[in-house]
Amino acid sequence: MLPLIPLLPFVGFLINAFGGRRNGKGVASAAACGAMILSFLVSLAAVWSMLGRVPDERRVVQTVFTWVSSGSFNADFQLALDPLSAVMILVVTGIGSLIHIYSTAYMHGERDSEYARYFSYLNLFAAFMLVLVLGANFLVMFVGWEGVGLCSYLLIGFWFQKKSASDAGKKAFIVNRIGDVGFILGVLLLFTRFGTIDFQEVAHQASMISPEVDGFGTLSLITLLLFVGATGKSAQIPLYVWLPDAMEGPTPVSALIHAATMVTAGVYMIGRNAALFSRAPETLAIVAIIGAATALMAGTIALVQNDIKRVLAYSTVSQLGYMFLAMGVGASAAGIFHLYTHAFFKALLFLGSGAVIHALAGEQDLRKMGGLRRELPITYWTFLVGAIAISGVPFFAGFYSKDEILAKTFESGHTVLWLVGLFTALLTATYMFRLVYLAFFGDRPHEAAHPQHPEEEEPAAASHGAHVHDAPPAMAIALIVLAIGSVVAGYVSFGGRFEHFLEPSFRGAAGAVGAGLEPDPAAGVPGRINELMLMGVSIAAAFAGIGLATYLFLLNRRAAEDIAGRFGGVHRLLTNKYYVDELYDAAIVQPIRIASEDGLWKGVDVAFIDGAVNGVGDTVRGLSELLRRLQTGSVRAYAASLFVGVVVILGYYLWK
Amino acid sequence: MTSAPLEQYLMLSAVLFGIGTAGVFVRRNLITILLSIEIMLNAVNLAFVAFGRMYGRADGQIIVFFVMTVAAAEAAVGLAIVISLFRHRESLNPDSFTELKW
Repeated sequence: MLPLIPLLPFVGFLINAFGGRRNGKGVASAAACGAMILSFLVSLAAVWSMLGRVPDERRVVQTVFTWVSSGSFNADFQLALDPLSAVMILVVTGIGSLIHIYSTAYMHGERDSEYARYFSYLNLFAAFMLVLVLGANFLVMFVGWEGVGLCSYLLIGFWFQKKSASDAGKKAFIVNRIGDVGFILGVLLLFTRFGTIDFQEVAHQASMISPEVDGFGTLSLITLLLFVGATGKSAQIPLYVWLPDAMEGPTPVSALIHAATMVTAGVYMIGRNAALFSRAPETLAIVAIIGAATALMAGTIALVQNDIKRVLAYSTVSQLGYMFLAMGVGASAAGIFHLYTHAFFKALLFLGSGAVIHALAGEQDLRKMGGLRRELPITYWTFLVGAIAISGVPFFAGFYSKDEILAKTFESGHTVLWLVGLFTALLTATYMFRLVYLAFFGDRPHEAAHPQHPEEEEPAAASHGAHVHDAPPAMAIALIVLAIGSVVAGYVSFGGRFEHFLEPSFRGAAGAVGAGLEPDPAAGVPGRINELMLMGVSIAAAFAGIGLATYLFLLNRRAAEDIAGRFGGVHRLLTNKYYVDELYDAAIVQPIRIASEDGLWKGVDVAFIDGAVNGVGDTVRGLSELLRRLQTGSVRAYAASLFVGVVVILGYYLWK
Repeated sequence: MTSAPLEQYLMLSAVLFGIGTAGVFVRRNLITILLSIEIMLNAVNLAFVAFGRMYGRADGQIIVFFVMTVAAAEAAVGLAIVISLFRHRESLNPDSFTELKW
């Protein structure tokens, strides 16, 4: 049954890739959505049958075929379903189905062949993502890992006629490749250390050894290399720069790939190897610090961005930072829980922003929006639910997961990281409500509905002129279902049920979690009161953020401008995203370009290699130039030379 | 009847060959050059037959038949080329056909 789950979307891909041009929109969308929904149903059935077992036996392994068998190296194409991958496949197929349905309306303005191309990529992505999360060893995971990277590239550059889109696609692909090098090296080193790449085997062996508390050893290096791979895929410092640019793709793609599923692959990978990571406290500390730093940095950038999708992109980076923070402090279940709730509300927010962009004929600039609350009621209400959920307001999904992460961080004694996380929670609420107020409240500048450069805008936009219409049914359904999900998704954690459910997957890590993290005895007093107090603090942070945004962006917008004016330097720094892109350009891109152009191209290739090849050619040419003078064309001259030749040869033999 | 010694045959053959060679080099008419080549071939034929007779074997005469066949074919092809060359240039002087180079 397991192979069916990735196979169904793959069949959908084949249908649309090879028949899409002829099939037309109806067949294309039916095939794509049908494949996803069927895959979702199969996943549900698979998870359901797994739930029927006792927790300790909740691991179904299915070998599809023997892939590599060479000496001591064995890797089967093997799929495994355990509680962790169960969560992932339900998120991927469930949210994936909704986004497919949403896309049928969003992409309706495309030509038939483009429409089919879009859905074929989307289905291919789902297939690879499912291989990634179901793979039972590193090699199968790597197939999915690279496959989703490919699909991400294809979909970011979907409108490849637009220079910025194809550039963004290349940037995403190249930055991911840098991370992948780390990942591959990590897997190779892991194989030399453990002699296997099977997840369960590795976890089993890792749980036998004691954590590397003193110094930086092989385990720390393996996990650090794997984490480099994760920073690439999951957009963490220093490789996060591709994700904001990835917003050049169609909005549903941003929702599915660059918010809900693919970017969480790094978090999933660390969760999958929790046992291994738990034995490398040095790496865990790095993971936690990078996570917190990314969360803070992206949160501050999100405060001042004016492109609706970029705000959400930085918000995604920031939330992924939370997940890594959780992984780093050993709270794997909390990290996966945030991954799961985040998938709902971030997909919702992206799809909501897509509905706004759709309604405004491709306008993405927040400064040109406003007052959409009255015109787009469905979008407004669902978007608001998403914003509340991500801000961490109680009884919404984001609250439970974020609070869990903050509580676990505090309990593990990382007070500084906890403060950073708390401050980021405040920032999250502020930038999300800034978005809500700027887009849905106030008044829209008059020209808002007429983009000045229509040819540069998203071609998906269907409406023109002043008439702004709310989401069509297919989009509305997806928004409403996700909004419900954003409210109730958190409730599964009541009584620690979610953590308990995932427990078999993280069992190997249990013995060592927290080891080497130097728990602060004063802080580590877990108790009902302490927990409630922490909860109160994070609720206060959320409401403070909302209040701040309400004051600055709804009641008194002048105040926001005043602050921006007074701290001009900081504002410029944030607007320019800390100049990280410029820094990378100067430190890495330009040196490589110059070395390639002046050194390798003009020096080695043109001067040396071309020189040698052309030199040989020129020498032969020059000699031929001399020799061809002998061919006069006169028959008598040839006859004479023939005769002289015969005489000379005969003379030689006669007088020898 | 006493037969002439081998030396005399070879001498005659050498003289004929020299005449043919001189003709090839000296004459400026393609047809004459072809005729000179025939003389050279027949000089060689004479040498073959003379040697064959000296050794008392038929090999020399057999080879001569081959040479005559080839000579006939060569004359046919050569004359055909000469005709088409003449049609081309209205001339039989080999020095006017020097285009075929480089």
